[in-house]
Amino acid sequence: MKELSLNILDVAENSVKAGASLTQILLTEENDVLTLEIVDDGCGMSDDVVRSVTDPFYTTRTTRKVGMGIPLLKLACEQTDGELTIESVTEEEDPQGHGTHVTATFNMNHIDFTPLGDVSSTMLTLVQGHPDTDFLFVHKRNGSEVKLDTRELREVLEDVPLNSYDVMEWIGAYLREQYEELP
Amino acid sequence: MKSLAELQAIKNRMKDKVVLRDGMEGVRVVVGMATCGIAAGARPVLNAFVEGVNKENLESKVSVTQTGCIGICQYEPVVEVFEAGKEKVTYVKMNPEKAQEVIEKHLKGGQVVSDYTIGAVTA
Repeated sequence: MKELSLNILDVAENSVKAGASLTQILLTEENDVLTLEIVDDGCGMSDDVVRSVTDPFYTTRTTRKVGMGIPLLKLACEQTDGELTIESVTEEEDPQGHGTHVTATFNMNHIDFTPLGDVSSTMLTLVQGHPDTDFLFVHKRNGSEVKLDTRELREVLEDVPLNSYDVMEWIGAYLREQYEELP
Repeated sequence: MKSLAELQAIKNRMKDKVVLRDGMEGVRVVVGMATCGIAAGARPVLNAFVEGVNKENLESKVSVTQTGCIGICQYEPVVEVFEAGKEKVTYVKMNPEKAQEVIEKHLKGGQVVSDYTIGAVTA
């Protein structure tokens, strides 16, 4: 992947596929470390599945027997001496608190750090494809943050779809403005 | 600064449009957005279709959606065009410029851009 934002898009799609009603994408920059968290309230995975998702020869798709999403994210963080952890609780284990929490850390000063790229475009793509699920995006840097919470937008929009073009344009401008002010 | 009040105005403006979209029998543009598609550059292709369809005022006729892996990863980014009563058209190795051409010639003009279809690449 050319940008980390594409890994984020790819892995967040797994959350949506797991039936998440809310998928959180949290980016926190502290000193030279970037922490990416993708947290969902989807169906969760058993311990066996959690162990196997980092293996490229494990996948849920049926078109072929290779799944590269998590392995590529793992590669991207480990090549900066960061690490990837996955915690997951299945619906059976906890009918209330199920879901998956993927955490990846990156050393941003490492020569093999993949640039974050266009995260706003990733958020727009997620909203465009999944207007009926919610996303919370928070990017923290130097005590400031960029935030998008589709639940807040949905409250205003009521039955107008989040992926209506005018709404998408608004979201794009909303994120762009916040990024311009992020130190 | 973008405000929620602005969003409220968009909502009021959109209300009638939403009714129009329901029950339409139109063209479906489907972009493959699995790992293979994303890695090959599907995100800007999707954006080009979303923006182009809006710019050409085709939203009442054309919907742009995403799908997972179509199974021909070596040809990503892959875009499929479905139209009732017509054979599915599969465009391969797409980029935003090619997307623009497909919007212009195929979605607007009804003419398949055969240079970019899977048949042209495998033939």
